[in-house]
Amino acid sequence: MHIPDGYLSPQTAIPMIAVMVPVLGVAANKVKNDLKKRQIPVLAAGAAFSFVIMMFNLPVPGGSSAHAVGAVLLAILLGPWAACLGVSVALIIQALVFGDGGILAVGANCFNIAFVMSFAGYYTHKLIKGAADKLSSRGMAAAFIGGYVGLNIAALTTALMFGAQYHLFQAADGTPLYFMYPIKIAVAAMMSEHLILAGPVEGLVTVIALWFVGKNYPALLSDSPKWIASNDKGVGSHV
Amino acid sequence: MFKTFKNLWWGLLVLIILSPLGLLATGTAFGEWGMDELVDEVGFIPAGLAKFADFWQHVVLPDYSVPGMEAGFGQAAAGYIISAVVGVLLVVLVISIFYRLAKD
Repeated sequence: MHIPDGYLSPQTAIPMIAVMVPVLGVAANKVKNDLKKRQIPVLAAGAAFSFVIMMFNLPVPGGSSAHAVGAVLLAILLGPWAACLGVSVALIIQALVFGDGGILAVGANCFNIAFVMSFAGYYTHKLIKGAADKLSSRGMAAAFIGGYVGLNIAALTTALMFGAQYHLFQAADGTPLYFMYPIKIAVAAMMSEHLILAGPVEGLVTVIALWFVGKNYPALLSDSPKWIASNDKGVGSHV
Repeated sequence: MFKTFKNLWWGLLVLIILSPLGLLATGTAFGEWGMDELVDEVGFIPAGLAKFADFWQHVVLPDYSVPGMEAGFGQAAAGYIISAVVGVLLVVLVISIFYRLAKD
């Protein structure tokens, strides 16, 4: 899902960077003002988790590959803005240091994979979970579906960005200048592998990781997070 | 940064060690074909794509590999793990800025 440079026209890539600068500005402010110091290590671990989980490529029949992202886990733990910031940091480092995703395309990638996925997954989870406990069976189902829906909506916006290039940017002789397949093909290819393979894996990853966090640090899954407000040493005492 | 929530970091370390499993999927993701793969996968290289594909020239660990460590799965796996460690440390370094900004 990491769009490399060259697949998007500059007319698409540059405005996406312009969109993501204020979005990340808001996200940074939310993290600075709404999160407590003691929550920042959770954000760091969650962003690092996202970085690593994206390295687990899954083979897609037909010779392609896909991967989970881990954004919805972070959104469930710390909210969608913190998830958006954390995953964006991972994506920017992937682009700069590892060549995974383009630099011109980094705004588009942060929009799809960090912003769209975090918010779509967060609100799907919230809607389904309702008043249930995060570790209840309903809460776990909500986490699975949140991960599934979040990843697939991100795959869809990525496919639409890809496909739009074909229709909007062609050379004088009609050959595509950037991404080279029409929207229909881009959507069909991206969605089939994410609906059938990467989406369920994202759901599973979200559930397993949430369970792991909840078993080790139940306070992190509390809906009335007293540990954030209180000044006792409750946070580290589980270790 | 690593003092609290130690088990999260232990879990992450396990994932880092297992990360070379990701190398077993050798196919390139849809829409992420490199210049060398485009002719095979697509049949041609679009003019605009060719112009911007190499925009960024400063990739240190291309595709999570350490240059020179590509002989066989063992070296690739070691390079992959090194890449994961470097990536995690960089992510933590950037996020730790917010440790200073956020209040108690």
